[in-house]
Amino acid sequence: MATAVDRFDDKGRGLFDRIGTNDVYQGELLRHRPYTRVLHWMVALFFFLALFSGFGIYLPWLFRWFTPIFGGGALARSMHPWFGVAFCFFFGLQVLNWLEAMRWTKVDSEWIRGLRNQVLKPEKLEPPETGFFNGGQKVQFWEILIGSVVFLVTGIILWVGAPTFGPTLGRIIVAISYVLHDISALIMLFGIFIHLYLSTFGEPGTFHSMTRGSVSEAWAWTFHPAWYKQVTSRDPRQAHEEARRQMETGPR
Amino acid sequence: MSDRRTLQIKQISAHPGPIPGEGVQRDLEVCKLVDTTTCIGCKACEVACVEWNDMPFTPTTFDNTYQTMPETAWSFWNLIKFNEHEREDGTIQWLMRKDQCMHCADPGCLRACPADGAIVQYSNGIVDFNQENCIGCEFCVSGCPFNIPKFNQTTKKVYKCTLCSDRVGQGLEPACIKACPTGCLKFGSKEDMKFIAEERSKQLREHFGYKDAGVYDPQSIGGTHVIYVLHDATRPELYGGLPKDPQIPWSYTVWKWLAKPVLGTLALFGLLGVCLHYVTVGPRKPQPEPPRKER
Repeated sequence: MATAVDRFDDKGRGLFDRIGTNDVYQGELLRHRPYTRVLHWMVALFFFLALFSGFGIYLPWLFRWFTPIFGGGALARSMHPWFGVAFCFFFGLQVLNWLEAMRWTKVDSEWIRGLRNQVLKPEKLEPPETGFFNGGQKVQFWEILIGSVVFLVTGIILWVGAPTFGPTLGRIIVAISYVLHDISALIMLFGIFIHLYLSTFGEPGTFHSMTRGSVSEAWAWTFHPAWYKQVTSRDPRQAHEEARRQMETGPR
Repeated sequence: MSDRRTLQIKQISAHPGPIPGEGVQRDLEVCKLVDTTTCIGCKACEVACVEWNDMPFTPTTFDNTYQTMPETAWSFWNLIKFNEHEREDGTIQWLMRKDQCMHCADPGCLRACPADGAIVQYSNGIVDFNQENCIGCEFCVSGCPFNIPKFNQTTKKVYKCTLCSDRVGQGLEPACIKACPTGCLKFGSKEDMKFIAEERSKQLREHFGYKDAGVYDPQSIGGTHVIYVLHDATRPELYGGLPKDPQIPWSYTVWKWLAKPVLGTLALFGLLGVCLHYVTVGPRKPQPEPPRKER
C-alpha cells in the first residue's frame, strides 16, 4: 500500500535516475542511486555551512576565523538559520528515502554489543548478518534524525527571539533552547568525525559509493555480507574464500 | 588636555585572558536617579536621548495613554512607561517611569554574550555595547531581565542606552539628565544618589502618606546604576513591568563558562580518536588483501 509520501519519494528517485548515471563495472555493485547521492551531498553541504557558521556563534573567541567565510559574525549569524532549515529539509527527504533500510533489528543490537571489539580489534570480515546498513550507521542515522528535530525546534525559538514568547517565559525558553541546540551540535560534531573517517580512510572503497554509486564486490562481502547475499544470491563467505584462493594461485 | 578622562574597563564579554588596564585607576561608580514621584511625563528626556545619540525617527504608537510607544526600540533607548493605576480606594494614580538600560552591576546581557568585546562594563558601572564586535545572536536579549537590548533588522546588531558613556567619559551628565525640567532625574556617584533616594523615600513615607515608598535597586543582580524612587516599592511591576526580583538564567554562567569549552573539547576528541585509530589499529580493507610481504 503506497502512501502519498511513498509516491512522492518514488517520484524523486525516478527523476534522478533518469538524469543521473552510475559507474558500475564488472565485479562491482550499485550501492547508492543518484537520488540518494544528491540528497547526501545536499545534506552534507548545508551541514558544514551550518556547522562553520555555528562555530562563530558558539565560541567566537576561539572560532572567529570561520566567520569571514560568511562575511563576518553578524552575517554568519543571520545566515546560520537558513543553512539549518536547508539541512533539515534535505535530511527530511533522506529520511523518507532511507526509513525502510534504517529499521532497527535484532542484528543491529548484536552489532552494537560487539562495538568495542569492532573498534579496537576488528574482524577482517563483518558478521554475515550485517545488511545494507550496519548497527553503527543506523545509530548515526537516528541520532541525526532526533538531533535535527531538536535543532529545528530550539533553532526556531532562538530565531524568532525571546520577546515573542513574553517577557519572562521567553527568556527561560531561549536559555534552555540554546543549551539543547549546542548539545545537539556537539553530538553531531563528534559523530561526523567518525562518519568522515570510516567513509574514507577507515574503510577504503566506501567513498566511491557516494560519488559514482558503486562499490566492489569484495567491499560488499567484507562490510555488508547480508546485503551482498541479497543482491547477488551468492554466499558472501564462499565468495570471499574463492577470491582468496584465486589470489593465492595468482592471476590466470 | 590634562583633564581628559577615559573610561576604565572592568569586564569584557566572552573575553579570554586578562582585561587590559584593569584596576589601573580607581573610579567612582556613577548612578542615575529617577524619582518617579516627580516625573510629569513631559518626555524631554526621550527627545534629548534621540537628539544626542543622533537616532533616526522611530514611529510612535498612540494607545490612549501618554506613552510614546509600547516598548523601547533599537533607535529609541529611553521611554516613559505610563500606567493609569487604580488604587484600592478607587482613586486613580498616574505612574510614570523612565524605562532604559539599568546598567546592572552584574549584567545579564554581558553574561549571555558569546562575542568577545561586544559588551563591556566600565569600572564606573556603565554597560556599553560595541556594535563592531556584535554578531547579532540576540542572546543578550534573553539575558537581560529588563527587556532592554533591541535588535536592528537592517544592521543585524543590537543596541541600547549607553548611559551617554561618551558624555560621562568627558565629565558631563547624560543627555536625559540635562533635559529634565523637574529635577526628577539626577546623576552622580552611586553613593550620593542612593543617599538622596533614601532621603526622598523617607520624606514620601513620613510627610506625603506613601507608606510603602522606597528605592528600587535590586540586589539580586548586585544593584543597578539606574535607581528609582517609587511610591510603592513593594509593587514595582505596576511601573510598566519592573521586575521585583530580576534574575539571569543560570545556564548563561554554567553553560558558557564551564560546559561549552569542556564539551567542545570532548567533541574534538572525536577527531583525535579517529586519527589515532588510523595510525594504531589501522583501516579495514575489503577482503581478501594481497598477501603481506615477509619481513
